[in-house]
Amino acid sequence: MTRYILRRLIAMPFLVLGIVTLAFLLTTVTKGDPLTAIVSDRQMNNPEVVAAAKAKWGLDRSLPERYAIYVGNLFQGDMGTSFITRRPVAQDVLHRLPATMELVIAAMIVGATIGISLGVLAAYFHNTAIDHASRLFALFGSSVPVFWLGLALLYVFSVQWGVLPGPGRLDARAVAPPTVTGFMTIDTLLAGEFRLFLDAVWHLILPAFVLGWAVAGTISRLVRANMLEILSREFILTARAKGAGEFRVVVGHALRNTMVPTLTVIGYSFAYLLTGAVLTETIFSWPGMGSYAVDAARGLDFPAIIGVTIVGGVVFLLTNLLTDIAYVVANPRVRLG
Amino acid sequence: MNAHTPLFEVRDLRVAFGRNGVFSEAVRGVSLHVDHGEVLGIVGESGSGKSVGMLAALGLQPEGAKVTGSVRFKGQELIGLPRRSLRELRGSRIAMIFQDPLSSLNPVMTVGDQIAEAVRLHNPDFSRKAALDRARDLLALVTIPQPDRRLRQYPHEFSGGMRQRVMIAMAVANDPDLLIADEPTTALDVTVQAQIMDVLADLQSRLKLGLILITHDLGVLAGHADRVAVVYAGQVVEQAVVDDLFARPGHPYTRGLIASIPDMTRESERLFSIDGTPPALGRLPPGCAFNPRCHMAQDICRREAPPASLESGHIVSCHFAFTGLESVA
Repeated sequence: MTRYILRRLIAMPFLVLGIVTLAFLLTTVTKGDPLTAIVSDRQMNNPEVVAAAKAKWGLDRSLPERYAIYVGNLFQGDMGTSFITRRPVAQDVLHRLPATMELVIAAMIVGATIGISLGVLAAYFHNTAIDHASRLFALFGSSVPVFWLGLALLYVFSVQWGVLPGPGRLDARAVAPPTVTGFMTIDTLLAGEFRLFLDAVWHLILPAFVLGWAVAGTISRLVRANMLEILSREFILTARAKGAGEFRVVVGHALRNTMVPTLTVIGYSFAYLLTGAVLTETIFSWPGMGSYAVDAARGLDFPAIIGVTIVGGVVFLLTNLLTDIAYVVANPRVRLG
Repeated sequence: MNAHTPLFEVRDLRVAFGRNGVFSEAVRGVSLHVDHGEVLGIVGESGSGKSVGMLAALGLQPEGAKVTGSVRFKGQELIGLPRRSLRELRGSRIAMIFQDPLSSLNPVMTVGDQIAEAVRLHNPDFSRKAALDRARDLLALVTIPQPDRRLRQYPHEFSGGMRQRVMIAMAVANDPDLLIADEPTTALDVTVQAQIMDVLADLQSRLKLGLILITHDLGVLAGHADRVAVVYAGQVVEQAVVDDLFARPGHPYTRGLIASIPDMTRESERLFSIDGTPPALGRLPPGCAFNPRCHMAQDICRREAPPASLESGHIVSCHFAFTGLESVA
């Protein structure tokens, strides 16, 4: 198993380089001229200003040169400077990454919990009202776009009923704790502010649910199908013949056997969640990578776009690695070599 | 409990499966019993209802099956017993092992954990450690070498015969009174079959188990059963002490089964087989269920279900029970 993980780790740098190259090249094929983001409209007719801006941002160099410089800087943790915020991209991204990760992880927990529970119930009570309801839930979650769902739920739960808070990570009047990890739930606890912690969790519920619903739907369908198959296996009969109760049979024996494919899907849903986070963050005024990426794309902020792409790609690679490791751990039959 | 109460007694057990409101019986009024420390063989072709009947007796029938009749264990009626009470009996007083040891064990749990689970389900005060210790002793009991190491392995690391030993170890974990073995050797290699039967026979006599041995191979029962019930199309067609059954098979179906046991002492000869196939669920012929395949069938066999005739403990359900025996023997 260690050899398998080692092999995967060795492949990582090459995959990252591939992401960097692709992200870099993609910006060169887009139509927009980054100069329009740097130089004001009036100054665009002034050749001196334009030349100076080009020289400052390195836009006068050839593509291979720019690529080599970029990769060289990247090795020192330098992702360039944002056209818009005028701060180092690396700093911007690192500052915003935890908020996104917090949202994505919360959405994953919501999606996995609801998805697995619904899948198990739907399989155990297949062809009953519970099964049909869970099918409808899954269908709705996969087919309704995040931006509509987000707005609709915000309107109902926050505006109309007032049972859940509006956008943001904390109450508008609250003073945020000092940033340590960037995860609001963890930072509030580190600061010993339990009420703020509850507030942070409270604010997470709606966006996490909006983002996690589709994942919950996918997982519930997969778990249902696997559970139906597993529940008809002979070792389930063995468990019952041993005198095990239904809960033990379903959760201890059957669900445990569906964990391998389920873990894989949960891991790979990460890519969807990262993408979905962009829209969710915009709706919920979530100060994460997603809203940063939207601003960067709008402003043709190329260094920021490349930076976000690379960080997103690396996060995705890491989760895939974790998924594969979890897969090996959960499946005794491949836990070899 | 008086001496006349059998350990396990099934009376007029019926199991029916419904489809679109129409029920067809897979088990049609089976009655049999097992005494303490006795080995009852149940023999019949696949689909004859022998497994379904025994599963239903313990409340393990497939979803939607309708079970009627009476099943008594030590005098206690099991049909209609609350699920919880049935569960307390299963795996502790009554244990079962199944045909395919490959699929009967949970692939993602260690063998030790699976045996320990059986122990702890009925002894909640056992610690995990104590249960695993017991599991190790049980593996040793069914003669699995290096039980300490084997305990931590997964089913896929075991051979078929070893897995069936694990199943047996799990079944006897709580010292049951009755063990129901459903085709325990069918999925195994011939050489391993004999070993498993030896393990079973050894445990049976050591633990004084009542044993119900379900098989389609009458030959397996010859050396191991005390009594034999022959099942055809969901009914017991003949029931007798094993020696008597082989010496005087009263039912033409039983004779067919005996004739189809390969005989090593005779020179290459085509194996006897009974023509035709058993009737499908819900497609029983009128009269005796066996009549389309019976070479002795007369008009009455196609009209009337045969009554059971009893002759010194030997029960046969055939219009022509014991007739023509001389020509076979």
